[in-house]
Amino acid sequence: MAKGMVIIDEDRCKGCGLCVSVCPVNILRLAEGRFNAKGYPPVEVSDPEKCTGCASCAIICPDVVFTVYRRKRQPQPATAAA
Amino acid sequence: MATIDIPADMELVYQRPESLTPAHTHYCPGCTHGIIHRLIAEVLDELGLRERTIGIAPVGCSVLAYYYFNFDMAEAAHGRAPAMATGMKRTNPDKVVFTYQGDGDLAAIGTAEIVHSANRGELFTTIFVNNAIYGMTGGQMAPTTLPGQVSTSCPSGRDVELAGFPMHMAELLGGLPGTAYVTRQAVFDVRGIRRTKKALTTAFRAQLAGLGFTMVEVLSTCNTNWHMSVLGALEWAKDKMVGYYPLGDTKVSDAVRAMLEEK
Repeated sequence: MAKGMVIIDEDRCKGCGLCVSVCPVNILRLAEGRFNAKGYPPVEVSDPEKCTGCASCAIICPDVVFTVYRRKRQPQPATAAA
Repeated sequence: MATIDIPADMELVYQRPESLTPAHTHYCPGCTHGIIHRLIAEVLDELGLRERTIGIAPVGCSVLAYYYFNFDMAEAAHGRAPAMATGMKRTNPDKVVFTYQGDGDLAAIGTAEIVHSANRGELFTTIFVNNAIYGMTGGQMAPTTLPGQVSTSCPSGRDVELAGFPMHMAELLGGLPGTAYVTRQAVFDVRGIRRTKKALTTAFRAQLAGLGFTMVEVLSTCNTNWHMSVLGALEWAKDKMVGYYPLGDTKVSDAVRAMLEEK
């Protein structure tokens, strides 16, 4: 189960790719053959299951495209299986 | 927009700050102005200052900043933001006042205003965005253009024999007795962005405490007028700009240090 989740406000995206360059799990890419209302290829998530909710994309995005959620830390018994 | 179901065990870790309006910015793709706007908005939200802040927009690419910040904004004549901020802060000492200025605005036409405001220890904050070029007018040499850097008005690179040396504003203002906190940061990577945010928080806290003039110089990119890719501009900036404009604090007054220590 994914640890994090990003919601992308596609029409704000200018396709600059800054987020793509900083994602530590490399799950962001610019859309191919698809454009937003501004005429840019918007960012999209290639593998949502790998998102850690680190918010690096949101921290570098100049256009506030991202809203980021992260799974709450739950106290787990020491013997819990991964 | 379709509603998206957020799983119940997920918590919100990042959303658009309230201090930004819903407007889309006119900045070029990858322009770091957007990052700096966002950081100011986040800091003002976190300090709970949105309702009592007055921002002053400059002339330059960020001339339309008043459309993007969701608090009171004014627009100053080119370079005169510190003069306007002086009047606003002196007549409204309970307000939080900041100027947002580029390098052409602050370090060329507005040099007198910023130097004297800083030296008088005016109790406002300046956010100085240094991208080493005139962005809005098409990439001419600015006072901050690096030696050898090509621009439309120095096509063979800045010749310091002819045009003089780039201005180190953070060092210059940090050396004045009226300043409380002056620092230079860069928004070229996630770490630098976090540090810049911390510096902005310190500057606004020092203003609230009335400790003196505060300025955060932010090294920034202009990939369009540098004629580089978005990521190429970041690399060039990290390599060349940081070398000429070292990062770090150029002034932390004893009062600011005490404020930081007591937390």
